Amino acid sequence: MRRTTLWAATALTAAAASGAQAEDLTLCWAAWDPANALVELSKEFEAQSGHTMNFEFVPWPNFADRMLNELNSGGKLCDLLIGDSQWIGGGAENGHYVKLNDFFEAEGISMDDFAPATVYAYSTWPKGTPNYYALPAMGDANGWFYRKDWFTDPEIMAAYKEATGDDLREPQTQQELLQIAQFFQGREIDGQTRYGAAIFTERGSEGITMGATGALYTFGFKYENEPGSYDMEGAVNSPEAVAGLEFYKELYKTATPPGYTDSYMEQGLDAFKSGQVAMAMNWFAFFPGLYADPTTGGDKIDFFVNPPQNQAASTLGGQGISVVAYSDKQDAALEYIKWFAQPDVQAKWWALGGYSAHNSVLNDPGFPDSAPFAGDFLLAMENVQDFWQEPAYAELLLAMQKRLHDYIVADVGTAQEALDKLIEDWTETFEDEGKL
Amino acid sequence: MTEPSAESPADKLARATPPRVARRIRGLSDRAIAWIFVAPSIFLLLAVNIFPLIWTINLSFTNFRANRNREVEYIGLRNYERILTDSDIWLTMQATAHFLFWTIFFQVLIGFTLAWLINRKFRGNDLWTTIIVLPMMLSPAVVGNFWTFLYQPQIGLFNYVVSFFTGVDPSSFSMIGQVNLAPWSIVIVDTWMWTPFIMLICLAGLRSIPDYIYEAAEVDRASKWRQFWTITIPMALPFLMLAVLFRGIENFKMFDLVVQLTGGGPGSVTELTSINLKREAFEKWRTGYASAYAVILFVTVFGLASIYVKALNKVKER
Repeated sequence: MRRTTLWAATALTAAAASGAQAEDLTLCWAAWDPANALVELSKEFEAQSGHTMNFEFVPWPNFADRMLNELNSGGKLCDLLIGDSQWIGGGAENGHYVKLNDFFEAEGISMDDFAPATVYAYSTWPKGTPNYYALPAMGDANGWFYRKDWFTDPEIMAAYKEATGDDLREPQTQQELLQIAQFFQGREIDGQTRYGAAIFTERGSEGITMGATGALYTFGFKYENEPGSYDMEGAVNSPEAVAGLEFYKELYKTATPPGYTDSYMEQGLDAFKSGQVAMAMNWFAFFPGLYADPTTGGDKIDFFVNPPQNQAASTLGGQGISVVAYSDKQDAALEYIKWFAQPDVQAKWWALGGYSAHNSVLNDPGFPDSAPFAGDFLLAMENVQDFWQEPAYAELLLAMQKRLHDYIVADVGTAQEALDKLIEDWTETFEDEGKL
Repeated sequence: MTEPSAESPADKLARATPPRVARRIRGLSDRAIAWIFVAPSIFLLLAVNIFPLIWTINLSFTNFRANRNREVEYIGLRNYERILTDSDIWLTMQATAHFLFWTIFFQVLIGFTLAWLINRKFRGNDLWTTIIVLPMMLSPAVVGNFWTFLYQPQIGLFNYVVSFFTGVDPSSFSMIGQVNLAPWSIVIVDTWMWTPFIMLICLAGLRSIPDYIYEAAEVDRASKWRQFWTITIPMALPFLMLAVLFRGIENFKMFDLVVQLTGGGPGSVTELTSINLKREAFEKWRTGYASAYAVILFVTVFGLASIYVKALNKVKER
C-alpha cells in the first residue's frame, strides 16, 4: 500500500515537473508586509515553471473569517494557503489540507531541514507526530521594539535613574518592562505627551489573546498539566497564570495611550510611528518595515525579545503553506511548494523580508548580524508557545478573547475568576468535541 | 347579449390567447388562474423564508456544526436549556434592551420635537428638513467609521466639544473604550442617524391633522397646551407608534453600526444579541446552538411585535 502511494506521489510530481500544463495558481494569505515580499519572490517561480501566480491577500482582522469560510464551504479560490498555525488541526481533521508526507518523501524534502519549533507548530497534526499538512513558510513570534533615541537620551536616562534608581536599558524582565513603560507614560518629550507601550487589546479576532499570552507564558501559564490530557485545572488558572494576567492588566491600565481599548497590529504600528509610545509589541514580520521607516526607523529604533519573568517565552506567530484539498491544480501547487523549499529560495525569502524557517538560513553564521532583529528572532523562536491548535480552535480562541477582554479592559471580576471561567468554557468545548 | 365589461378576467385572457390555450384556460376557474399567477411568488417565499425557518428549527435540536464532517446527533432541548441558563447570553439581552429602550426613547423625543418645529411654517423650512434627514442617508458602516474618529480621546471632536462645555480633559475619557460610556456611545450614534426617520413619519402624521380641528378648538378657547395633548398627540399617535415599531425591529437586529463602533466591547458591554449570534454561528461554528438562539430571538421579536401591532390597531380604531 505504502509503495503504491509512493508511486502515485512520484508520478504526480513527475507530471508536475514536466510542466505539461501552465496553470493559474492562487495563493491566499494575510495582507501584510511579508505578503508583498512573497509576490516579489514568486516571480522567480513563474519564470521557472511557466505557471502564473495570483494572490488573494485579506487584512488580518478578516483573514480567519474569510479563509475558514472558504475552506468550510469547499471553495476553490485558493490553490495554496498560508494559513495560521492554529488552523492546522481543523485543516487536517476536516480534510481541507492535502497531507504532504508522500510528496515530501518523493521529492526528498526533509522536515529535519527546518527549525523544529516551526515544524511542530506549522506542519504537524496530531501535534508532534510525523504527519505533515504544511511546509513551514513564515517563522514569526511576538517581539518588542522601542525608541532607541529616547532610551539613549542623557536627560531621559538621568530622569529614569532618578525616578527608579535603575539604568534605562532594554528590559530584562516583564516587571522591568512595566517599570519603563510607566516611566514614559504621560511624559513630555520634545514638547509632546508620550506614553509607555502599545500592546494588543483587540477584542474581535485574536489580538488580546496574542498580547496577553506573551506575559502569561513568561509567568508560567500552561494550557494543560500534561500535553494532550486536556487537564486544565491548576494549569490555566495557576497562581503564576493569575499573576501574569494581573500583570498584563496593570500594563494596560498604567502604561498605554488613552482609549487604547481595541488595538492590534495596525494600531500598534501607528502608535509607534506617530511617536506616541516609547515601546510596542508586535510580530517580527513587521520589523523589517519598521527598521526601514524614515521617521522612526534606522538609528531611532531597536528591538528586543519578549522579556522573561519566571521563564523565557514568546507567543508564536507564523504560518505554514498548505495545498488546499479542493483545488483542481494540486500538481502545480505542489510544484510551488517544492520550489519554495529549496535553500537558495529560502535565503532570498529572508533577504526580501520574509522569515525563513529553513535551517540553512537560520544556522548561517552571518544570520544574527544580517538584520538588527535577526538575533532576537532566533532567541524568540527557541522559546515559542502557541495557542491551542485543535479543530475547535476558533471557539477556544473566542472564549479566551471574551474572558481576557472582560477582565483587562472592561474590569469584570478578578483574574482568578476570568481564568476559572475560561476553563469552564474550554471544558464545554472539549466535551462537545468528545475529548473530555 | 353580454356586455364586454361583464367578461371575467379569465375570459378576457382566453380571448387574447391562441385557440388551443384559450380552450384550456376557459376550463379553469378564476381561483385556479389566480393560483397559477401567485404560485411562483409563494414557491419563492417558501424556498427563501419558510423552508430555512423550518430547517433552522430542525437544526436547533441537533449538535450540528457546519464546519465539521461528523455525524449529526439530535440532542433534544439541550441547546435551548444551555442558552436560557447562560448568564452571558442574558447580559447580551440586557445590552440589547438598554440599546433598544434608550435609542427609541431619544429618537421619539427628539424626532417628534423636530417634526413639530418643522411643521410650523417658517423661512428655510425645506432646507432644514433636507439637512436634518442627511444622517439617515449615509451607510451605517460609514457612520460607524467616522464616529470612531469623533470619539477618539486624543483627536476626536466629540471629546473636545464635551471638554469645551464641561472643562473635563478631552483625553481623560473614552466614549467607546470605557465600560460606563460605551453603551451610551452607540445610543448617541444611532439616535443621531435615525432620529430623522422618526421625524419624517411624525411630520406626515402632523400634516394629516386637518386645520379645522384646531380652528374649532380655538373657537372653544382651548389653550395651545390643551390642543397639543388632546388633538396633536392622539392624532399623531398611530404614526408615532408605527415609527417605534419600525425602529424597534431594526434596532433589535442592529449589527453593522455597533460592530464598526465598538466591536461589541469593551469586554462584552455592547455585544448585542445579533453580534453574539453571529459569533456563535459563523466564528465558533456552533450551528445547532446558534439555530436555537435564532429561534428564541425570532419568537421574542415575533411575540412582542404581534402584541404591539394589536395595540397599534386599537389606537387607530379610536
